[in-house]
Amino acid sequence: MAAAVSLHLALRTAGALLAGAAVLSACFTDRQNEGQRLYASHCASCHGEQGEGLRRLMPPLAGSDYLTKHRDQLPCLIRRGQRGPIVVNGVTYDQVMPAHEDLTDSQITNLLNYVHGAWGNRGAKHTIREVSQLLEACQGSDGR
Amino acid sequence: MSRKAFFRPLLGLLGLLACAALLPACRPNGGAESAADKPLPMLGFPTVLAPGDTLFPRIPAFSVLDQDSAVVTPATFAGKVYIADFFFATCPSICPKMQSQMLRVYEKYKDDPRVGFLSHTIDPEHDTLPVLRDYAQRLGVPTAKQWHFVTAPRDTIFRLAGQYMVAAERDSTAPGGAVHSGAFVLVDPQRHVRGQYDGVNEKEVDRLLEELPRLLKEMGPAPAATASK
Repeated sequence: MAAAVSLHLALRTAGALLAGAAVLSACFTDRQNEGQRLYASHCASCHGEQGEGLRRLMPPLAGSDYLTKHRDQLPCLIRRGQRGPIVVNGVTYDQVMPAHEDLTDSQITNLLNYVHGAWGNRGAKHTIREVSQLLEACQGSDGR
Repeated sequence: MSRKAFFRPLLGLLGLLACAALLPACRPNGGAESAADKPLPMLGFPTVLAPGDTLFPRIPAFSVLDQDSAVVTPATFAGKVYIADFFFATCPSICPKMQSQMLRVYEKYKDDPRVGFLSHTIDPEHDTLPVLRDYAQRLGVPTAKQWHFVTAPRDTIFRLAGQYMVAAERDSTAPGGAVHSGAFVLVDPQRHVRGQYDGVNEKEVDRLLEELPRLLKEMGPAPAATASK
């Protein structure tokens, strides 16, 4: 009898826990690792899944000196794209990077912060507010 | 006594059957190997001339220009197999991925005179010969000896894409102004299409790397000078 009661209790506890977990998951947004997901969908095709770039055609992002040297220009570079030669780690690249009008300021922030911390990069992270301010330089802030 | 005589041949037969059943196990990967020995299929809509007499489409004559300003025709690939694809230099979506996968195949068959590569630009207005040369060199392909990056009037290119059974068309709403499939097309020395592979999918390119040697085997033993591995 005692055993039956304790089993019943255990089942109820498990049920309560499950329900709790289901409610909790609703408290979190789907934006965890957003930067990583945006990188995979918007950047990896050219810059490589590991940020390695492609020979002398596409500049690398892993270990790229451009990220630290031009840190303040990065939000506008993503927003407006890039055309014309740029030098990364001493190599001149000359490809067209498309603009990204579809990303919000906060998405650009998450994307940049992913790149700043991935593949051994140790770049200083951006806040959303900072990215919005930096985007003013190219009238590219959407305030979101 | 008569019963025993009846059973003895039966026992022998059973023994033989058991042996036959065991024999395939002596071959390494019995079934898989026989599949790998089968010739690759010919792709495209066949024309049946008569029962048992079927023609598969062949890549028709073409004439295009490569990054070294040399004319490339089917004669360029005489006695070779080649892999064709369609791209454009400013393509921001699938092309870099395709070309990095094509590089895998190129690196493996570099300097193998039996294998050629043919990348067509679908943006001839932008991808002039100097642009194609620069693109190839940046990709690590110094000359057009084995890998030709070619251009031709737009109509020619798009007609060729159709003949390789690759979808490609201009689309002003798409990034870079064109949509095209990332297919790699494997062509045999008789200009039959023998395989189609999604060039942005690493697994599909693995399949190409597995099927290409099967096609080369059809051509007979490799010349002594080649070092494919």
